[in-house]
Amino acid sequence: MKNRKVLALLIALLMVVVVFAGCAPKEQPQQPAQPAENKIKVAAIYATPIEEPWDGAIHHALLKAKDELGIDYEWTENVGYSDFERVLREYADKGYNVIFGDAFGSEDAVRRVAKDYPDIAFVFGSGEGPSDPNLSVFDDWIQEPAYVCGMIAGKITKSNIIGVVGGVPVPEVNRIVNAFIAGAKETNPDVKVKVAFIGSWFDPPKAKEAALAQIEQGADVLYAERYGVIDACKEKGVYAFGSLLDQHSLAPDYVISGPVWDMYPTVKYVIESVKNGSYTAQDLKDWSMMGKGGAKLAPFHEFEDKLPKDVIDMVNKRVEEIKSGKFRVPINEATPKSD
Amino acid sequence: MSNFLTVTFWVGLLAATVRMATPLILATLGETFAERSGILNLGIEGMMLFGSFAGFITVYFTKSLWLGVTFATLSGFLFGVFMAFLVVTLGLNQHVSGLGITIFASGLAYYLYRAIIGSPTVPPTIKAFDTLKIPLLWKIPVLGPILFNQYALTYIALVTVFVARYVIFKTTFGLSLRAVGENPEAADAVGVNVYKTRYIAMMIAGSLTGMSGAFFTLAQFNMFTFDIVAGRGWVAIALVIFANWIPVRVLWGALLFGGIDSLGLRLQGTAIRIPFQVYLTLPYLFTIIVLIFIARNASYPSALLKPYRRE
Repeated sequence: MKNRKVLALLIALLMVVVVFAGCAPKEQPQQPAQPAENKIKVAAIYATPIEEPWDGAIHHALLKAKDELGIDYEWTENVGYSDFERVLREYADKGYNVIFGDAFGSEDAVRRVAKDYPDIAFVFGSGEGPSDPNLSVFDDWIQEPAYVCGMIAGKITKSNIIGVVGGVPVPEVNRIVNAFIAGAKETNPDVKVKVAFIGSWFDPPKAKEAALAQIEQGADVLYAERYGVIDACKEKGVYAFGSLLDQHSLAPDYVISGPVWDMYPTVKYVIESVKNGSYTAQDLKDWSMMGKGGAKLAPFHEFEDKLPKDVIDMVNKRVEEIKSGKFRVPINEATPKSD
Repeated sequence: MSNFLTVTFWVGLLAATVRMATPLILATLGETFAERSGILNLGIEGMMLFGSFAGFITVYFTKSLWLGVTFATLSGFLFGVFMAFLVVTLGLNQHVSGLGITIFASGLAYYLYRAIIGSPTVPPTIKAFDTLKIPLLWKIPVLGPILFNQYALTYIALVTVFVARYVIFKTTFGLSLRAVGENPEAADAVGVNVYKTRYIAMMIAGSLTGMSGAFFTLAQFNMFTFDIVAGRGWVAIALVIFANWIPVRVLWGALLFGGIDSLGLRLQGTAIRIPFQVYLTLPYLFTIIVLIFIARNASYPSALLKPYRRE
């Protein structure tokens, strides 16, 4: 009996160790920060695993900054909301100069910690505003390329039915989806839209089923806000637009383009302003828009040749108009509905 | 509104129903074996997730889909043995052991995925199963596309329902299985090896659960992502009660759940103005309502949750 208990305990220990190994930060810094060679020390804290494209966008921009701007970068992912404040304070205590992250779901915790460490730059994805002296906010303001993708969708649909499958209708998703729909209606006023939400950020099988349902109901161009949709399009042979990243590789014959969020301009701006001491709390929105390169169309790849010339010209013209400020994409954060 | 009247709508809906029911059928049948022997397997969610990972990673390296299914099944088998070791041999609390296995298996799957694949911007994909058209039969109008143009794993799931029924009700093993789940002392007295029977039940349960996980990454979808199982293991736990531990009712329960799920996704695309959350809640709401009525008459295996110890 005694042996059994010892064995049970050992197994429990082993399980705990493996689970924690899974969520530990990649490189645990041992020493408190010493700005020995004047390297900016950046930490990031993510509520979800970095496979989630939204947090992934921040992470990959910071990795790029590590290579190109020579920063020190540490990160912790899959923190969850209940541990968020604790992990955040640990980083703050270790003397990082800048802390990035997503504050959705942890707004209060982030604001509380930021107030306690006025010398550290806190830069968080947030639906709320910046807070003096040190909390800046950013968000994926990629409605401009989404609008342009919608314009293409309106042009190429034959059934005049387009589909959108999204995760959860939060403002960040709604304004992108609404822009896509508005773009389609500009180039094709007859277009009808089918919108479905799967109520989750991670459920590709369900997103795929929702997409298949829309295709069966006549949709022939889909906006894939979540993973799963592109696979349905590939299976049924209809066109798709990806989201947040260049997802062309998922189905090279069917993914035309998609709005892409590039966090690098935001990261670069913040790090440079921290370096030269000019950092202030601000809404970094502009750095995630087309004008400053934070939002863009995913490359067309093969579709450069496959799309009709007039569509390409239309796209290029509109992109120029957006960049030069002549055309403003309306921001509509209401929950999109099916026609 | 005219949507509802078309044959395409109904064929699409019913085909999706069968497709979405597939992993639920396999996992719930597995859970039926476990619970029939007296073990509540709360490790099911983690075993499904690990199965989907094991299947994916095998196909990623070998390009062989059936090898992927085999390894997914095998991974479930091993977790089944592990679960049996904890709750049969060591006699630990089944809730704690099961949840522990779910957390452990999920953590391990994500850990291995990250260790092997890393974190590329776009996750890698595999070439997944195509649907398998049953010759001649798939051409039957309406019925063909619904039943005979499905994934191979779906056919396997459907056949397994009847195999499970046969095994549980018509074989000596089935008799032992039911006996150890109802009254292990009595079963032991007449010479049934309680430990062995429960081990075998957990091996079957684990294998079917692992295979159900493979359906997500090898058939329905072609990559492994975080939380790809999305709580479907827990649904299986509810469906077992719904089915009253009877395999054929497992089939109906899974089909009903899958049907309401896919109906909800279709109705979202129509102009009916109901918040989407309502559609998404429907299958769960339905499960709860049915459970309220059925659970009163549910005949739980009497020895469920009780570790067996010889006096």
